[in-house]
Parts: sequence; C-alpha cells; structure tokens
Amino acid sequence: MPHALNDFISVLFDGLAYAMFLFITSVGLSVTMGLMGFVNLAHGAFAMAGGFIVVSLARTYGIDFIPALVIASVTVGLISVRFEQRLYRRFYKSTDLEQVLLTIGLAFMSIAAFTYFYGPIPKSVPLPHWLQGDVNLGFRTFPTYRAFLIVLGAVLIAILWFVFEKTNIGAKIRAAVDNRRMAESVGINVDRLFTLTFAVGSGLAALGGGLAIQLLGLTPSFALLYLVLFLIVVAVGGMGSLKGTLLAALVIGIVDTGGKYLFPVAGTFFIYVITVAVLLVKPAGFFGRE
Amino acid sequence: MSDATLHQKTLTARQRASDYLARRHHFHWAEALPWLLAIAAFFVFSNRMAFGSQVLIMIMFAVSLDLILGYAGIITLGHAAFFGIGAYTVALASLRLGWSEPISGIIAGGVVAGLAGLVVGWFMLRYRGLTLLMLTIAFAAMLQESGNLRSDITGGYDGLPGLTFDPLFGHFQYDLYGHTNYWYVLAALAVVFYVVRRIVYSPFGQALTGIRENVRRMNAIGSPVHWRLVTVYAISAAIAGIAGALFTQTNAYVTLTVFDFDTSAKVMVMLILGGTGRLYGAFVGATVYMVLEDYLSKMSPTFWQFGIGLLLVVAVLFARRGLLGVVESASAFRWRTGAARRRFVWKTEYWKALAVAAFDGGLIGFLIGFAGNLGRADRMSLFVSAFPARVVAFIALGAAAGIVINAVYLLVTSRSAVERPAS
Repeated sequence: MPHALNDFISVLFDGLAYAMFLFITSVGLSVTMGLMGFVNLAHGAFAMAGGFIVVSLARTYGIDFIPALVIASVTVGLISVRFEQRLYRRFYKSTDLEQVLLTIGLAFMSIAAFTYFYGPIPKSVPLPHWLQGDVNLGFRTFPTYRAFLIVLGAVLIAILWFVFEKTNIGAKIRAAVDNRRMAESVGINVDRLFTLTFAVGSGLAALGGGLAIQLLGLTPSFALLYLVLFLIVVAVGGMGSLKGTLLAALVIGIVDTGGKYLFPVAGTFFIYVITVAVLLVKPAGFFGRE
Repeated sequence: MSDATLHQKTLTARQRASDYLARRHHFHWAEALPWLLAIAAFFVFSNRMAFGSQVLIMIMFAVSLDLILGYAGIITLGHAAFFGIGAYTVALASLRLGWSEPISGIIAGGVVAGLAGLVVGWFMLRYRGLTLLMLTIAFAAMLQESGNLRSDITGGYDGLPGLTFDPLFGHFQYDLYGHTNYWYVLAALAVVFYVVRRIVYSPFGQALTGIRENVRRMNAIGSPVHWRLVTVYAISAAIAGIAGALFTQTNAYVTLTVFDFDTSAKVMVMLILGGTGRLYGAFVGATVYMVLEDYLSKMSPTFWQFGIGLLLVVAVLFARRGLLGVVESASAFRWRTGAARRRFVWKTEYWKALAVAAFDGGLIGFLIGFAGNLGRADRMSLFVSAFPARVVAFIALGAAAGIVINAVYLLVTSRSAVERPAS
C-alpha cells in the first residue's frame, strides 16, 4: 500500500475515534443548551468527574474498565440531577453572563477539589486484555482501543438517533427545542424533560471522560482544557441538533487530527479557523435555528 | 386627574430626568477616595511597588472590560487578545524596530489593539449569545496559536526577555523597586479613566446602556446599534492594549501566556467581584483579587482556585451587583423594628426546607468523604479500611451544616428588611 494512503487512513481512523469522543461528551451539552439556552461551562467538570471515578474504581477497588465506565456515568448522571434542581434551575431566566459566571465558578471549584484529592499528575487505568494491542482488519492493523471507541460511538449514535426520532420522549425534546412555550402550552412538562436530558447528558459526558483517560490523558485541568472544544462542537453543530453535533464532531475531530499530523507546530490553530469560518457564514451552526 | 395636572406632572418628570442627566457626570467627593488611597499606598507599601503597578494595570484592564460588559452588555471570554496585542506591539517595537520610547509605545499599543478591535468587532458583533462567546474565545486562541507558529518572531512560550525601554521623558530612570513605574502607571490610569468616565456619561454611553437593556427597542428608535457596539468595542480594545503595553514595559518581559483563556477569565472575575457597570467596581475588584491572590496562592494555589470558584458562585447567587453592591445594600440594611417587625412564626414548609438542606448537605459530605477516600487510596490503603466510618462522619457533618445554614437563612430573611437603593 502506498505510504501516503496508509498515513491518510491512519489520520482518518484516529480522527474518527477522536470525533466519537467529542460527540459522546458534547451531545448532552448541545441538547441542554438547545432546550433551555443554558450556557453550562461546568459540563467539562462532569466529564472529568466521570473520568476520575473510573480511575478510582478501577485502581482502588479493582473493578473492570467497562463496569467502571457504566457505574461512573450512572453516578454522575444521578448527582447532576441534584445540581440541576438545586442550582441551575434558578438561572434559566437569568442573563447569559450570570450563567457563565455560575458555571465557570463550579468548574474552578471542581478543578481545585480534584487537584486536592487526586494531584495534578495524569492518571491511567488498566485496560482489559481484549482492548489492548492492535486489531487486524485484513489489509492493515488498527489500535484496538480506538476501534472500540468508534464502534461504541456508532452504537450510541444509533441509540440516540432512535430515541430522538422514534420515541415519544424524543418527539417532546424536539418540540421543546423548537418552541419551548408552544411545547409547554400543549402540556409537555419541559422542566422535567430538562432534568431528564440534563442527567443523561451529564452521564454521557462522564462516559466520555472515562473513555478519554486512555485517549488524551486525564488531569484535573481537563474540565477547562477540553471545555472549549465541547463548546466549539456545540456552536459549530448548532444547539440542540443531534446531527449537527455529530457533523461538527466529525469535522473538528478529523481536521484537528489531520492538522496536527501535517503541521505539528500549528497545534489547535485549524480548529479555530474552522470555527470562525463556519460561525461567520452560519452564525447558528450547521443545523441550528437562526 | 385633569389634563392640566397631568401635563404639569409630565413636565416636572421631564425636568427631573434632564436635571439628572445633566448633573450625574459631576464629580462626587467620594470619587477622590480611590486615587488618594493609590497615592497613600505608595508611601505605606513603598517596598511593594512592583506589585502595586501590576494591580493598577489590572484595574485598567478591568475598566476596559467594564466598558463593553458592564455598559454595552457584550459578553466576552477573549479580552486577553487585545491585552496581548498591546503587550506584543510594545515588545516587538522595542526589540525589532528599536522604538523604545515608553509613552509613544503605549499609544502605539493602544492604536494597534484598537484597530484590531475595530476590525474584529465589525465581524463579530453581529452575533450574540453563545456564537459571540465562542468567536471571542476563538480569536484569542488563534492569536496565541499564530504567535506560537512564528515563535522566531514572538519568542513563543519562552517569551521575549530583557526588553529595554528609554527613561520616562528621557529623564526618570526605572528603579529596582518600581517607584517610577508606579507613578507612570497611575498617571496613565488616571488619563484612561477620565476618558472612560466621559464616555460613560455621554449620550453615547447612555445609548450603550440602552442597547444592554433592550436591543430591539434601540433598533426600533433608529439607534445605529451595530456601529455603536463596534465603536465601544474598539475603544475598549484600545484601553486593554494600553494596559497590555504597560504590562510589558513594567515587567520588561512578555510571553504568549498573556493570550491565555485564564487571563480573560481572570479579568472577568475581577470585574464581577467589584461590580459591573459602575466604573469603580473595577478598582475594588482588581485590588481585592490581586491582594488575595498574592497572599493565598502563595499558601496554596489549589485552595485559591477553589476560593475563586466559590466566590463566583456566591456572588452570582447572593450578590449580583458585586462588592460595591454589597456595601450599598449593607448601608441600607436594617432590622425590622417596632410595628414593622414580624414575629418569627414556624411554618410547616420549613420542615421540608430543612430536610432538603440536610439531604444536600449530606450529599456534599458524602462526595467529599468518598472522593477523599478514593483519591488517597492510591497512596494509602489505610483510608480504604476506614472507609465507612469516615464517609458516615462526612455525611453527618454535611447534613448538620446544611440544617444550620438553612436555619440561619430562614431567621435572617424573616426578620430583616433589605431596602435596595433606587437604581
């Protein structure tokens, strides 16, 4: 196989795995923003919390990686409900500024708390045997963990798509994103709907955080470092849009991986170029409402 | 009410409004206070003047943010971009062009940053909300990345050390203790502040407040909203650039970290702490923040970061108008007395409130106890064996704290009358 083509496939593969991580982590943020217009800068902190719970469960209590992932995302999802009811709910009608300040304050607090408890050194988890090494797909081999990420992402996308498009709850969410007041006046309990999506979104973020440990490395600064990326995915894709978030995650994931491969010095420059270009042409993102 | 009296009332209301507008830019005696304190600080803390200059620079930076955030209502998390442009303009002019005269240097920094603000603002300010927020973050990050791309010019993250600047007016040398710098920065701040004060109290400033309060209405009455926003954005960028230029000159050193997201977030925190849209909020906020940071981050950076976060959350929940707002409320605060005083009456819903507080307190206690165990267990297995007792203790402690805090809150709110000053 020609060298260039081989590299191209590698970049595409890694970009796809990265995109799946971005999608899993950002989709909850997109839906909650679309539903309530709530700017949740603490979303990265929920993801980070999930990651650290996985680390602790796996290393301290010897629980396997996959069950640890499930436990972490369920725990974070449940705890986030309390955050939503107690803190966030008061701020739905507040200005953007107050929402930004509240949630960035929470993000700072969580970074400090996790630094205190876990220290600033990146953590790792023992992977199960079947996720290590490479997998042979006939024409070449790929890292198993990234292949697993892509498969998991595809499964989650399918499930989310089904829930969004085919179920009653999904229809209610779509209705509320489109026109909240109209949805309320036909009897949809938007507040409860929001609590539900917030919990699921935070749980998915925690799952993303757990998956990120072996992909990106997990330190307490994760909460703000990757938050900007999640926000970019949401803004570029369009708030509250599932396919927008997916498309944006794919574009950002592949462009970032390719850019870093071709021009290592440029760092994240290309992501920002793409973001600005998309937002200048389509201010509400790919599939957002103007 | 007859037409005549109604007419009379409209006239007096109009008169009062125009009197208010005509008089509100007059200097109040209390406005001399911050400046007198700044001068006094020179004599009291004369060995900490290098730090004093940094405080004054951050005040100027926060004032520039106040102009767009507090008055025009533009939310940005990328204001460090203009601070950095000013900082690098001076640094590169001195290093590559040999232009090291300080006063023309800060003017150049302000002009370059202002032009950047004009161009960028013209593009960005058509958008609002999340889109605008992302564009401001992206702009600062792009500048940082492109600076890193051409680190042969900018020095990258290692920075440009050893910058030299001419003596002020060709006469005043820079001393080790930063005495000259302090007066230099204070004078610059006074000039900038005077300009900002004029802008805020001008009809232009009034229009900005109108845009903040109700964009649609300003559009409807024919105000050129976009151009007003772009203008104030450029002015604010220029001031941030001047602050950045002063930053480079006083430190004789600059790195790409000036473009950090942290720089933008920090200046926002300062402004919120002091109070937005009130000119002197930036003074209080930046000073309190810098002094606290100086003390606390030396003791423990982790606790300091937690403290800022807590401060922000508390400020948003209980003191939306910043420290100056708290001072105003406190001076208007009084316990209800006499007839106005209500006896504290127990209501059944208080049970529910206390139970919820106990639950949340317990949850927080559980999280702290649990996280403490998990985090430490990596290092010490001792904590794992002591797991249940410790966690239970934390839950009990959290629940108790929740009940106490809630009880105090119930008592205070039932007994006090907080009168907000008319805004």
